[in-house]
Amino acid sequence: MIHKTNVRAPAWEIVIGLEVHTQLSTNSKIFSGASTTYGAEPNTQADAVSIALPGVLPVLNKGAVERAIKFGLAVGAHIAPRSVFARKNYFYPDLPKGYQISQFDLPVVGQGALTIQVEPLSGPSTGSGQTYEKVVRITRAHLEEDAGKSVHGASQGMTGVDLNRAGTPLLEIVSEPDMCSAAEAVAYAKALHSLVRWIGISDGNMQEGSFRCDVNVSVRKPGAPLGTRREIKNLNSFKFMQQAIDYEVQWQIDTLENGGKIHQATILFNPDTGETRAMRSKEDAHDYRYFPDPDLLPLDITPVMLEQVRATLPELPQAKRARYTSEYALSAYDANGLTASREMADFFEAALSDVPGQAKICANWLIGEVSAQLNRDDLEMAQCPITPLQLGGMLKRIADSTISNAGAKEVFRAMWAEGGDADSIIEAKGLKQVSDSGVIEKIVDEIIAANADKVAEYRSGKDKLFGFFVGLAMKASKGKANPAQLNDVLKKKLAG
Amino acid sequence: MILANADVRKVARLARLAMSEAEIDAARTQLSGIFDLIAEMQAVDTQGITPMSHAQDLSQRLREDVVTQANQRELFQAIAPQIEAGLYLVPQVIE
Repeated sequence: MIHKTNVRAPAWEIVIGLEVHTQLSTNSKIFSGASTTYGAEPNTQADAVSIALPGVLPVLNKGAVERAIKFGLAVGAHIAPRSVFARKNYFYPDLPKGYQISQFDLPVVGQGALTIQVEPLSGPSTGSGQTYEKVVRITRAHLEEDAGKSVHGASQGMTGVDLNRAGTPLLEIVSEPDMCSAAEAVAYAKALHSLVRWIGISDGNMQEGSFRCDVNVSVRKPGAPLGTRREIKNLNSFKFMQQAIDYEVQWQIDTLENGGKIHQATILFNPDTGETRAMRSKEDAHDYRYFPDPDLLPLDITPVMLEQVRATLPELPQAKRARYTSEYALSAYDANGLTASREMADFFEAALSDVPGQAKICANWLIGEVSAQLNRDDLEMAQCPITPLQLGGMLKRIADSTISNAGAKEVFRAMWAEGGDADSIIEAKGLKQVSDSGVIEKIVDEIIAANADKVAEYRSGKDKLFGFFVGLAMKASKGKANPAQLNDVLKKKLAG
Repeated sequence: MILANADVRKVARLARLAMSEAEIDAARTQLSGIFDLIAEMQAVDTQGITPMSHAQDLSQRLREDVVTQANQRELFQAIAPQIEAGLYLVPQVIE
Protein backbone atom coordinates (compact mmCIF):
# COMPACT_ATOMS: atom_id res chain seq x y z
CA MET A 1 0.00 0.00 0.00
CA ILE A 2 1.31 3.38 -0.97
CA HIS A 3 1.30 5.85 1.85
CA LYS A 4 0.82 9.38 0.71
CA THR A 5 2.63 11.92 2.77
CA ASN A 6 2.25 15.64 2.62
CA VAL A 7 -1.42 15.43 1.68
CA ARG A 8 -2.77 18.94 1.86
CA ALA A 9 -5.75 19.56 4.07
CA PRO A 10 -8.90 19.74 1.94
CA ALA A 11 -9.57 23.29 0.84
CA TRP A 12 -12.29 25.30 2.49
CA GLU A 13 -15.13 26.92 0.58
CA ILE A 14 -15.98 30.48 1.46
CA VAL A 15 -19.60 31.59 1.47
CA ILE A 16 -20.42 35.31 1.55
CA GLY A 17 -23.67 37.25 1.46
CA LEU A 18 -24.13 41.00 1.76
CA GLU A 19 -26.68 43.33 3.27
CA VAL A 20 -26.22 46.84 2.01
CA HIS A 21 -27.90 49.93 3.43
CA THR A 22 -28.02 52.63 0.83
CA GLN A 23 -29.32 56.06 1.73
CA LEU A 24 -31.86 57.30 -0.78
CA SER A 25 -31.26 60.76 -2.21
CA THR A 26 -34.59 62.31 -1.27
CA ASN A 27 -34.88 65.92 -0.10
CA SER A 28 -37.03 65.03 2.87
CA LYS A 29 -37.23 62.12 5.30
CA ILE A 30 -39.09 58.91 4.62
CA PHE A 31 -41.99 59.65 6.96
CA SER A 32 -41.88 63.42 7.45
CA GLY A 33 -41.04 66.71 5.78
CA ALA A 34 -37.74 67.29 7.64
CA SER A 35 -34.64 67.90 5.55
CA THR A 36 -32.07 65.14 4.95
CA THR A 37 -29.11 67.41 4.13
CA TYR A 38 -25.91 65.98 5.53
CA GLY A 39 -23.76 67.83 8.04
CA ALA A 40 -26.32 70.15 9.66
CA GLU A 41 -26.00 71.30 13.27
CA PRO A 42 -27.19 68.55 15.67
CA ASN A 43 -30.97 68.13 15.89
CA THR A 44 -31.77 71.07 13.60
CA GLN A 45 -33.32 68.62 11.13
CA ALA A 46 -35.05 66.53 13.76
CA ASP A 47 -38.73 67.41 13.55
CA ALA A 48 -41.55 66.13 15.75
CA VAL A 49 -41.72 62.83 13.80
CA SER A 50 -37.93 62.31 13.90
CA ILE A 51 -37.84 62.74 17.68
CA ALA A 52 -41.04 60.69 18.10
CA LEU A 53 -43.16 63.15 20.03
CA PRO A 54 -46.36 61.46 21.18
CA GLY A 55 -49.24 61.68 18.74
CA VAL A 56 -47.26 62.20 15.55
CA LEU A 57 -47.96 60.00 12.55
CA PRO A 58 -45.71 58.88 9.69
CA VAL A 59 -46.62 59.83 6.10
CA LEU A 60 -44.71 57.96 3.43
CA ASN A 61 -42.47 59.89 1.01
CA LYS A 62 -43.30 59.23 -2.65
CA GLY A 63 -39.69 59.95 -3.65
CA ALA A 64 -38.41 57.11 -1.48
CA VAL A 65 -40.93 54.67 -2.97
CA GLU A 66 -40.01 55.71 -6.53
CA ARG A 67 -36.33 55.17 -5.82
CA ALA A 68 -36.98 51.70 -4.40
CA ILE A 69 -39.01 50.79 -7.48
CA LYS A 70 -36.26 52.14 -9.72
CA PHE A 71 -33.73 49.91 -8.02
CA GLY A 72 -36.02 46.90 -8.31
CA LEU A 73 -36.49 47.47 -12.02
CA ALA A 74 -32.73 47.90 -12.52
CA VAL A 75 -32.02 44.46 -11.05
CA GLY A 76 -34.91 42.82 -12.88
CA ALA A 77 -36.78 42.20 -9.65
CA HIS A 78 -40.42 41.64 -8.96
CA ILE A 79 -41.98 44.80 -7.53
CA ALA A 80 -44.58 43.92 -4.95
CA PRO A 81 -47.97 45.36 -5.93
CA ARG A 82 -48.68 45.53 -2.20
CA SER A 83 -46.02 45.75 0.49
CA VAL A 84 -46.24 46.34 4.20
CA PHE A 85 -44.32 48.38 6.77
CA ALA A 86 -43.50 46.68 10.03
CA ARG A 87 -42.12 47.73 13.38
CA LYS A 88 -38.76 46.33 14.41
CA ASN A 89 -38.62 46.74 18.15
CA TYR A 90 -35.49 47.43 20.15
CA PHE A 91 -34.30 49.91 22.72
CA TYR A 92 -31.53 52.35 22.03
CA PRO A 93 -31.35 56.09 22.74
CA ASP A 94 -30.86 56.99 19.07
CA LEU A 95 -34.15 55.25 18.27
CA PRO A 96 -36.63 57.42 20.13
CA LYS A 97 -39.80 55.52 19.14
CA GLY A 98 -38.41 52.27 20.53
CA TYR A 99 -38.90 50.72 17.09
CA GLN A 100 -37.60 51.21 13.60
CA ILE A 101 -40.13 51.31 10.78
CA SER A 102 -38.94 48.74 8.27
CA GLN A 103 -40.42 46.05 6.07
CA PHE A 104 -40.43 42.41 7.06
CA ASP A 105 -42.31 39.65 5.26
CA LEU A 106 -43.70 41.82 2.45
CA PRO A 107 -40.83 43.99 1.09
CA VAL A 108 -41.29 46.34 -1.84
CA VAL A 109 -38.60 44.69 -4.00
CA GLY A 110 -38.50 40.91 -4.45
CA GLN A 111 -35.96 38.62 -6.09
CA GLY A 112 -33.61 40.06 -8.68
CA ALA A 113 -30.04 39.68 -9.88
CA LEU A 114 -26.94 41.73 -10.54
CA THR A 115 -24.22 40.81 -13.04
CA ILE A 116 -20.78 41.66 -11.72
CA GLN A 117 -17.28 41.78 -13.21
CA VAL A 118 -14.86 40.16 -10.79
CA GLU A 119 -11.32 41.44 -10.84
CA PRO A 120 -8.87 39.28 -8.94
CA LEU A 121 -7.48 40.88 -5.79
CA SER A 122 -4.44 39.76 -3.90
CA GLY A 123 -5.02 38.08 -0.56
CA PRO A 124 -5.61 34.69 1.02
CA SER A 125 -9.36 34.44 0.47
CA THR A 126 -9.51 35.79 -3.04
CA GLY A 127 -10.02 34.03 -6.30
CA SER A 128 -7.23 34.01 -8.80
CA GLY A 129 -6.73 34.52 -12.48
CA GLN A 130 -8.52 36.80 -14.89
CA THR A 131 -11.50 39.07 -14.72
CA TYR A 132 -14.71 37.09 -15.07
CA GLU A 133 -18.44 37.71 -15.01
CA LYS A 134 -20.77 36.39 -12.35
CA VAL A 135 -24.45 36.74 -11.54
CA VAL A 136 -25.28 37.45 -7.90
CA ARG A 137 -28.88 36.86 -6.90
CA ILE A 138 -30.60 39.55 -4.89
CA THR A 139 -33.00 38.18 -2.31
CA ARG A 140 -34.96 41.33 -1.63
CA ALA A 141 -34.74 45.05 -0.98
CA HIS A 142 -36.86 46.90 1.50
CA LEU A 143 -37.53 50.47 2.61
CA GLU A 144 -36.77 51.53 6.14
CA GLU A 145 -35.83 54.55 8.22
CA ASP A 146 -32.37 55.22 9.58
CA ALA A 147 -31.75 55.71 13.30
CA GLY A 148 -30.12 58.76 14.86
CA LYS A 149 -26.51 59.03 15.92
CA SER A 150 -25.04 58.52 19.37
CA VAL A 151 -22.13 60.75 20.23
CA HIS A 152 -20.03 59.14 22.93
CA GLY A 153 -17.92 61.17 25.26
CA ALA A 154 -19.95 64.33 24.67
CA SER A 155 -20.18 64.87 28.39
CA GLN A 156 -18.80 62.91 31.36
CA GLY A 157 -20.86 59.78 31.93
CA MET A 158 -23.38 60.79 29.28
CA THR A 159 -24.11 59.96 25.66
CA GLY A 160 -25.21 62.68 23.25
CA VAL A 161 -27.97 61.96 20.74
CA ASP A 162 -28.30 63.68 17.37
CA LEU A 163 -31.54 62.79 15.62
CA ASN A 164 -30.86 64.57 12.31
CA ARG A 165 -30.29 61.20 10.64
CA ALA A 166 -33.34 59.59 12.27
CA GLY A 167 -35.95 58.99 9.58
CA THR A 168 -33.57 59.25 6.64
CA PRO A 169 -34.80 56.81 3.97
CA LEU A 170 -32.74 53.68 3.45
CA LEU A 171 -33.04 50.86 0.99
CA GLU A 172 -31.64 47.67 2.50
CA ILE A 173 -30.50 45.36 -0.29
CA VAL A 174 -30.01 41.74 0.69
CA SER A 175 -28.07 39.32 -1.52
CA GLU A 176 -28.09 35.55 -1.60
CA PRO A 177 -24.88 33.96 -0.22
CA ASP A 178 -23.59 33.69 -3.79
CA MET A 179 -20.09 35.09 -3.36
CA CYS A 180 -17.16 32.83 -2.62
CA SER A 181 -14.19 35.16 -2.26
CA ALA A 182 -13.34 38.62 -0.98
CA ALA A 183 -12.82 39.62 -4.62
CA GLU A 184 -16.38 38.62 -5.49
CA ALA A 185 -17.83 40.37 -2.44
CA VAL A 186 -15.95 43.56 -3.28
CA ALA A 187 -16.95 43.30 -6.96
CA TYR A 188 -20.59 42.92 -5.96
CA ALA A 189 -20.44 45.85 -3.53
CA LYS A 190 -18.75 48.00 -6.17
CA ALA A 191 -21.29 47.03 -8.84
CA LEU A 192 -24.14 47.84 -6.46
CA HIS A 193 -22.50 51.11 -5.47
CA SER A 194 -22.07 52.04 -9.11
CA LEU A 195 -25.67 51.02 -9.90
CA VAL A 196 -27.38 53.08 -7.19
CA ARG A 197 -25.48 56.13 -8.36
CA TRP A 198 -26.04 55.23 -12.01
CA ILE A 199 -29.81 55.22 -11.61
CA GLY A 200 -29.66 58.27 -9.36
CA ILE A 201 -31.28 56.87 -6.22
CA SER A 202 -28.34 57.53 -3.87
CA ASP A 203 -25.21 59.66 -3.82
CA GLY A 204 -23.36 56.57 -2.55
CA ASN A 205 -21.09 58.73 -0.40
CA MET A 206 -19.34 56.15 1.76
CA GLN A 207 -17.61 58.63 4.10
CA GLU A 208 -20.98 60.11 4.97
CA GLY A 209 -22.48 56.66 5.51
CA SER A 210 -24.75 56.69 2.46
CA PHE A 211 -23.59 53.19 1.52
CA ARG A 212 -22.89 50.77 4.39
CA CYS A 213 -22.22 47.09 4.01
CA ASP A 214 -22.79 44.19 6.41
CA VAL A 215 -20.97 41.07 5.27
CA ASN A 216 -22.01 37.56 6.29
CA VAL A 217 -19.11 35.14 6.15
CA SER A 218 -18.93 31.40 6.69
CA VAL A 219 -16.67 28.58 5.55
CA ARG A 220 -17.32 24.92 4.85
CA LYS A 221 -15.72 21.85 3.36
CA PRO A 222 -16.76 21.38 -0.28
CA GLY A 223 -20.14 19.68 -0.42
CA ALA A 224 -20.81 20.13 3.28
CA PRO A 225 -23.86 22.03 4.56
CA LEU A 226 -23.46 25.76 5.16
CA GLY A 227 -21.21 26.65 8.07
CA THR A 228 -22.19 28.99 10.89
CA ARG A 229 -21.89 32.58 9.75
CA ARG A 230 -20.55 35.64 11.46
CA GLU A 231 -21.70 39.07 10.36
CA ILE A 232 -19.18 41.87 9.91
CA LYS A 233 -21.10 45.08 10.52
CA ASN A 234 -20.93 48.52 8.96
CA LEU A 235 -18.06 48.38 6.50
CA ASN A 236 -17.85 51.69 4.68
CA SER A 237 -14.88 51.13 2.37
CA PHE A 238 -14.10 48.48 -0.20
CA LYS A 239 -10.55 48.20 1.06
CA PHE A 240 -11.72 47.51 4.61
CA MET A 241 -14.21 45.01 3.24
CA GLN A 242 -11.48 43.01 1.59
CA GLN A 243 -9.26 43.18 4.67
CA ALA A 244 -12.10 42.25 7.01
CA ILE A 245 -13.14 39.25 4.90
CA ASP A 246 -9.55 38.05 4.51
CA TYR A 247 -8.99 38.24 8.24
CA GLU A 248 -12.34 36.69 9.17
CA VAL A 249 -12.02 33.78 6.71
CA GLN A 250 -8.56 32.94 8.01
CA TRP A 251 -9.80 33.18 11.59
CA GLN A 252 -12.72 30.84 10.92
CA ILE A 253 -10.54 28.31 9.09
CA ASP A 254 -7.91 28.39 11.86
CA THR A 255 -10.60 28.01 14.51
CA LEU A 256 -12.18 25.01 12.79
CA GLU A 257 -8.87 23.34 11.94
CA ASN A 258 -7.85 23.65 15.58
CA GLY A 259 -11.01 21.79 16.56
CA GLY A 260 -12.95 24.90 17.60
CA LYS A 261 -16.53 25.86 16.81
CA ILE A 262 -17.90 28.97 15.16
CA HIS A 263 -20.70 30.70 17.02
CA GLN A 264 -23.08 33.00 15.23
CA ALA A 265 -22.08 36.53 16.11
CA THR A 266 -22.05 40.13 15.06
CA ILE A 267 -18.53 41.40 14.69
CA LEU A 268 -16.72 44.64 14.00
CA PHE A 269 -13.66 45.26 11.88
CA ASN A 270 -10.93 47.44 13.32
CA PRO A 271 -9.08 49.12 10.43
CA ASP A 272 -6.16 50.03 12.71
CA THR A 273 -5.33 46.45 13.67
CA GLY A 274 -6.84 44.76 10.59
CA GLU A 275 -8.70 42.39 12.93
CA THR A 276 -12.31 41.48 13.51
CA ARG A 277 -13.78 41.08 16.97
CA ALA A 278 -17.17 40.10 18.35
CA MET A 279 -19.42 42.89 19.58
CA ARG A 280 -20.69 42.55 23.11
CA SER A 281 -24.25 41.71 22.36
CA LYS A 282 -27.19 41.55 24.70
CA GLU A 283 -29.01 38.28 25.13
CA ASP A 284 -32.26 39.30 23.47
CA ALA A 285 -30.69 41.52 20.85
CA HIS A 286 -32.36 39.68 18.00
CA ASP A 287 -35.82 39.36 19.46
CA TYR A 288 -37.22 42.23 17.39
CA ARG A 289 -40.89 41.22 17.62
CA TYR A 290 -41.78 42.49 14.16
CA PHE A 291 -45.42 43.30 13.54
CA PRO A 292 -47.26 45.37 10.90
CA ASP A 293 -47.18 49.06 11.79
CA PRO A 294 -50.77 50.10 12.50
CA ASP A 295 -49.81 53.73 11.71
CA LEU A 296 -49.15 52.88 8.09
CA LEU A 297 -51.51 51.37 5.55
CA PRO A 298 -50.19 48.87 3.03
CA LEU A 299 -48.22 50.39 0.16
CA ASP A 300 -49.92 49.74 -3.18
CA ILE A 301 -47.84 50.19 -6.28
CA THR A 302 -50.06 50.53 -9.32
CA PRO A 303 -49.03 49.50 -12.84
CA VAL A 304 -49.24 53.20 -13.77
CA MET A 305 -46.71 54.20 -11.12
CA LEU A 306 -44.48 51.32 -12.15
CA GLU A 307 -44.46 52.46 -15.77
CA GLN A 308 -43.85 56.07 -14.78
CA VAL A 309 -40.74 55.03 -12.90
CA ARG A 310 -39.64 52.65 -15.66
CA ALA A 311 -39.71 55.58 -18.10
CA THR A 312 -37.09 57.39 -15.98
CA LEU A 313 -34.66 54.48 -16.00
CA PRO A 314 -31.47 55.20 -17.96
CA GLU A 315 -29.69 52.61 -20.10
CA LEU A 316 -28.10 50.30 -17.52
CA PRO A 317 -24.40 49.39 -17.26
CA GLN A 318 -24.94 45.82 -18.43
CA ALA A 319 -26.83 46.96 -21.54
CA LYS A 320 -24.24 49.62 -22.25
CA ARG A 321 -21.40 47.10 -21.99
CA ALA A 322 -23.13 44.85 -24.48
CA ARG A 323 -23.76 47.76 -26.84
CA TYR A 324 -20.18 49.04 -26.62
CA THR A 325 -18.79 45.68 -27.60
CA SER A 326 -21.25 45.12 -30.46
CA GLU A 327 -21.74 48.65 -31.76
CA TYR A 328 -18.22 50.00 -31.30
CA ALA A 329 -16.32 46.68 -31.42
CA LEU A 330 -14.67 47.48 -28.10
CA SER A 331 -13.10 44.78 -25.93
CA ALA A 332 -14.80 43.61 -22.74
CA TYR A 333 -12.02 45.34 -20.82
CA ASP A 334 -12.74 48.67 -22.49
CA ALA A 335 -16.51 48.27 -22.14
CA ASN A 336 -16.08 47.56 -18.40
CA GLY A 337 -13.81 50.52 -17.89
CA LEU A 338 -16.16 52.88 -19.71
CA THR A 339 -19.16 51.73 -17.69
CA ALA A 340 -17.43 51.94 -14.31
CA SER A 341 -19.64 54.94 -13.62
CA ARG A 342 -22.41 56.71 -15.42
CA GLU A 343 -20.30 59.87 -15.57
CA MET A 344 -17.60 57.92 -17.39
CA ALA A 345 -20.06 56.44 -19.89
CA ASP A 346 -21.72 59.81 -20.46
CA PHE A 347 -18.32 61.41 -21.00
CA PHE A 348 -17.36 58.71 -23.47
CA GLU A 349 -20.55 59.04 -25.48
CA ALA A 350 -20.38 62.85 -25.50
CA ALA A 351 -16.74 62.86 -26.63
CA LEU A 352 -17.41 60.19 -29.22
CA SER A 353 -20.26 62.17 -30.76
CA ASP A 354 -17.58 64.70 -31.67
CA VAL A 355 -15.31 62.12 -33.33
CA PRO A 356 -17.58 59.38 -34.69
CA GLY A 357 -15.81 56.14 -35.50
CA GLN A 358 -12.95 56.75 -33.04
CA ALA A 359 -14.38 54.66 -30.18
CA LYS A 360 -11.19 52.70 -29.54
CA ILE A 361 -8.89 55.70 -29.28
CA CYS A 362 -11.51 57.50 -27.18
CA ALA A 363 -11.70 54.50 -24.83
CA ASN A 364 -7.91 54.34 -24.61
CA TRP A 365 -7.64 57.96 -23.56
CA LEU A 366 -10.48 57.80 -21.03
CA ILE A 367 -9.39 54.55 -19.38
CA GLY A 368 -5.73 55.49 -19.67
CA GLU A 369 -4.66 59.11 -19.42
CA VAL A 370 -7.88 60.68 -18.14
CA SER A 371 -8.42 58.09 -15.37
CA ALA A 372 -4.77 58.26 -14.37
CA GLN A 373 -4.87 62.05 -14.07
CA LEU A 374 -8.13 61.95 -12.12
CA ASN A 375 -6.57 59.46 -9.78
CA ARG A 376 -3.44 61.51 -9.38
CA ASP A 377 -5.41 64.67 -8.61
CA ASP A 378 -7.86 62.71 -6.42
CA LEU A 379 -10.85 63.81 -8.48
CA GLU A 380 -14.10 62.13 -9.44
CA MET A 381 -15.13 61.85 -13.07
CA ALA A 382 -17.77 64.52 -12.40
CA GLN A 383 -15.00 66.93 -11.40
CA CYS A 384 -12.91 66.29 -14.51
CA PRO A 385 -11.34 69.59 -15.59
CA ILE A 386 -11.60 68.59 -19.25
CA THR A 387 -14.94 68.52 -21.04
CA PRO A 388 -15.97 65.83 -23.52
CA LEU A 389 -15.88 68.51 -26.19
CA GLN A 390 -12.24 69.33 -25.37
CA LEU A 391 -11.21 65.69 -25.43
CA GLY A 392 -13.18 65.06 -28.62
CA GLY A 393 -11.45 68.05 -30.24
CA MET A 394 -8.07 66.59 -29.42
CA LEU A 395 -9.00 63.09 -30.60
CA LYS A 396 -10.10 64.62 -33.88
CA ARG A 397 -6.59 65.98 -34.36
CA ILE A 398 -5.04 62.61 -33.57
CA ALA A 399 -7.41 60.93 -36.01
CA ASP A 400 -6.59 63.30 -38.86
CA SER A 401 -2.84 63.08 -38.14
CA THR A 402 -2.49 66.75 -37.22
CA ILE A 403 -0.70 65.70 -34.05
CA SER A 404 1.31 62.65 -33.05
CA ASN A 405 0.64 60.68 -29.87
CA ALA A 406 3.51 62.49 -28.20
CA GLY A 407 2.03 65.79 -29.31
CA ALA A 408 -1.39 64.72 -28.04
CA LYS A 409 0.03 64.06 -24.59
CA GLU A 410 1.37 67.59 -24.56
CA VAL A 411 -1.97 69.00 -25.68
CA PHE A 412 -3.69 66.95 -22.98
CA ARG A 413 -1.38 68.19 -20.23
CA ALA A 414 -1.94 71.79 -21.28
CA MET A 415 -5.69 71.30 -21.44
CA TRP A 416 -5.78 69.73 -18.01
CA ALA A 417 -3.72 72.45 -16.42
CA GLU A 418 -4.89 75.55 -18.24
CA GLY A 419 -7.98 74.67 -20.25
CA GLY A 420 -8.40 75.73 -23.86
CA ASP A 421 -9.31 73.79 -26.97
CA ALA A 422 -7.00 71.44 -28.81
CA ASP A 423 -6.63 73.54 -31.96
CA SER A 424 -5.45 76.66 -30.17
CA ILE A 425 -3.04 74.65 -27.99
CA ILE A 426 -1.61 72.94 -31.07
CA GLU A 427 -1.20 76.32 -32.71
CA ALA A 428 0.30 78.02 -29.64
CA LYS A 429 2.75 75.22 -28.93
CA GLY A 430 3.57 74.51 -32.56
CA LEU A 431 2.64 70.85 -32.21
CA LYS A 432 1.29 70.37 -35.69
CA GLN A 433 3.14 67.44 -37.11
CA VAL A 434 4.66 67.40 -40.57
CA SER A 435 2.76 65.03 -42.82
CA ASP A 436 3.85 66.63 -46.08
CA SER A 437 5.59 63.70 -47.80
CA GLY A 438 7.79 66.07 -49.83
CA VAL A 439 9.17 67.65 -46.63
CA ILE A 440 9.73 64.28 -44.97
CA GLU A 441 11.44 62.82 -48.02
CA LYS A 442 13.74 65.82 -48.18
CA ILE A 443 14.76 65.36 -44.55
CA VAL A 444 15.37 61.65 -45.07
CA ASP A 445 17.40 62.26 -48.24
CA GLU A 446 19.64 64.72 -46.39
CA ILE A 447 20.23 62.29 -43.53
CA ILE A 448 21.09 59.45 -45.87
CA ALA A 449 23.49 61.66 -47.79
CA ALA A 450 25.22 62.88 -44.63
CA ASN A 451 25.61 59.41 -43.09
CA ALA A 452 26.80 57.24 -45.89
CA ASP A 453 28.86 54.98 -43.56
CA LYS A 454 25.92 54.20 -41.27
CA VAL A 455 23.69 53.60 -44.28
CA ALA A 456 26.19 51.05 -45.55
CA GLU A 457 26.28 49.33 -42.17
CA TYR A 458 22.49 49.25 -42.07
CA ARG A 459 22.28 47.81 -45.53
CA SER A 460 24.80 45.11 -44.63
CA GLY A 461 22.40 43.87 -41.92
CA LYS A 462 22.78 46.09 -38.86
CA ASP A 463 18.99 46.58 -38.44
CA LYS A 464 19.36 48.22 -35.07
CA LEU A 465 20.61 51.36 -36.74
CA PHE A 466 17.06 52.08 -37.88
CA GLY A 467 16.32 53.80 -34.58
CA PHE A 468 19.39 55.97 -35.06
CA PHE A 469 18.00 57.27 -38.36
CA VAL A 470 14.56 57.85 -36.86
CA GLY A 471 16.18 59.87 -34.10
CA LEU A 472 18.10 62.02 -36.56
CA ALA A 473 15.06 62.61 -38.72
CA MET A 474 12.90 63.54 -35.75
CA LYS A 475 15.56 65.93 -34.57
CA ALA A 476 15.80 67.47 -38.02
CA SER A 477 12.01 67.94 -38.10
CA LYS A 478 12.08 69.37 -34.56
CA GLY A 479 9.99 66.40 -33.44
CA LYS A 480 7.15 67.24 -35.75
CA ALA A 481 7.44 64.58 -38.41
CA ASN A 482 4.49 62.22 -38.58
CA PRO A 483 6.11 59.12 -37.02
CA ALA A 484 4.30 56.52 -39.10
CA GLN A 485 4.98 58.36 -42.31
CA LEU A 486 8.62 58.94 -41.37
CA ASN A 487 9.08 55.22 -40.69
CA ASP A 488 7.67 54.32 -44.08
CA VAL A 489 9.81 56.79 -45.97
CA LEU A 490 12.96 55.81 -44.05
CA LYS A 491 12.39 52.11 -44.63
CA LYS A 492 11.83 52.64 -48.33
CA LYS A 493 14.84 54.92 -48.84
CA LEU A 494 17.23 52.91 -46.67
CA ALA A 495 16.35 49.78 -48.60
CA GLY A 496 17.95 51.61 -51.52
CA MET B 1 -52.38 28.48 26.14
CA ILE B 2 -50.76 28.35 29.55
CA LEU B 3 -48.11 31.00 30.11
CA ALA B 4 -45.42 30.57 32.72
CA ASN B 5 -44.13 33.37 34.91
CA ALA B 6 -40.82 33.02 33.05
CA ASP B 7 -42.57 33.94 29.78
CA VAL B 8 -44.03 37.05 31.38
CA ARG B 9 -40.64 38.01 32.78
CA LYS B 10 -39.08 37.70 29.33
CA VAL B 11 -41.72 39.84 27.67
CA ALA B 12 -41.44 42.39 30.49
CA ARG B 13 -37.69 42.58 30.01
CA LEU B 14 -38.04 43.06 26.26
CA ALA B 15 -40.47 45.90 26.94
CA ARG B 16 -38.18 47.29 29.66
CA LEU B 17 -40.89 46.95 32.30
CA ALA B 18 -39.95 46.39 35.95
CA MET B 19 -42.60 44.15 37.46
CA SER B 20 -43.06 42.76 40.95
CA GLU B 21 -43.89 39.08 41.46
CA ALA B 22 -47.51 39.99 42.25
CA GLU B 23 -47.75 42.00 39.03
CA ILE B 24 -46.24 39.12 37.09
CA ASP B 25 -48.89 36.75 38.45
CA ALA B 26 -51.65 39.16 37.47
CA ALA B 27 -50.17 39.80 34.04
CA ARG B 28 -49.82 36.08 33.43
CA THR B 29 -53.53 35.56 34.06
CA GLN B 30 -54.49 38.45 31.82
CA LEU B 31 -52.12 37.50 29.03
CA SER B 32 -53.31 33.89 29.17
CA GLY B 33 -56.84 35.20 28.69
CA ILE B 34 -55.72 37.02 25.56
CA PHE B 35 -54.05 33.88 24.26
CA ASP B 36 -57.28 31.96 24.84
CA LEU B 37 -59.08 34.51 22.70
CA ILE B 38 -56.42 34.14 20.01
CA ALA B 39 -56.79 30.36 20.14
CA GLU B 40 -60.53 30.78 19.63
CA MET B 41 -59.94 33.01 16.60
CA GLN B 42 -57.40 30.63 15.16
CA ALA B 43 -60.07 27.95 15.08
CA VAL B 44 -61.89 29.93 12.37
CA ASP B 45 -61.41 28.51 8.88
CA THR B 46 -59.40 31.11 6.91
CA GLN B 47 -58.56 28.89 3.95
CA GLY B 48 -58.19 30.98 0.78
CA ILE B 49 -58.43 34.32 2.56
CA THR B 50 -55.54 36.76 2.05
CA PRO B 51 -54.25 37.92 5.42
CA MET B 52 -54.79 41.63 6.09
CA SER B 53 -51.94 43.66 7.48
CA HIS B 54 -54.20 46.50 8.55
CA ALA B 55 -57.68 46.74 10.00
CA GLN B 56 -58.69 49.12 7.22
CA ASP B 57 -58.75 47.86 3.66
CA LEU B 58 -57.17 51.00 2.20
CA SER B 59 -53.78 51.85 0.80
CA GLN B 60 -51.10 54.24 1.95
CA ARG B 61 -51.27 57.79 0.65
CA LEU B 62 -47.96 59.22 -0.43
CA ARG B 63 -46.44 62.57 0.38
CA GLU B 64 -44.52 64.59 -2.22
CA ASP B 65 -40.78 64.69 -1.51
CA VAL B 66 -40.66 68.28 -0.25
CA VAL B 67 -39.07 69.73 2.87
CA THR B 68 -41.88 71.25 4.90
CA GLN B 69 -40.49 71.23 8.45
CA ALA B 70 -38.46 74.15 9.76
CA ASN B 71 -35.92 73.86 12.53
CA GLN B 72 -37.68 73.84 15.91
CA ARG B 73 -34.80 72.57 17.99
CA GLU B 74 -35.12 75.18 20.73
CA LEU B 75 -38.80 74.48 21.20
CA PHE B 76 -38.29 70.70 21.33
CA GLN B 77 -35.27 70.86 23.58
CA ALA B 78 -37.05 73.13 26.07
CA ILE B 79 -38.66 70.00 27.53
CA ALA B 80 -35.56 67.76 27.33
CA PRO B 81 -34.13 66.78 30.72
CA GLN B 82 -30.58 67.51 29.62
CA ILE B 83 -28.98 68.94 26.50
CA GLU B 84 -25.51 70.04 25.46
CA ALA B 85 -24.25 71.61 22.25
CA GLY B 86 -27.55 70.79 20.56
CA LEU B 87 -27.41 67.13 21.59
CA TYR B 88 -29.95 65.36 23.79
CA LEU B 89 -28.03 63.82 26.67
CA VAL B 90 -28.83 60.38 28.02
CA PRO B 91 -27.02 58.19 30.56
CA GLN B 92 -23.94 56.72 28.91
CA VAL B 93 -24.55 53.81 26.56
CA ILE B 94 -21.72 51.39 25.91
CA GLU B 95 -21.96 48.87 23.12
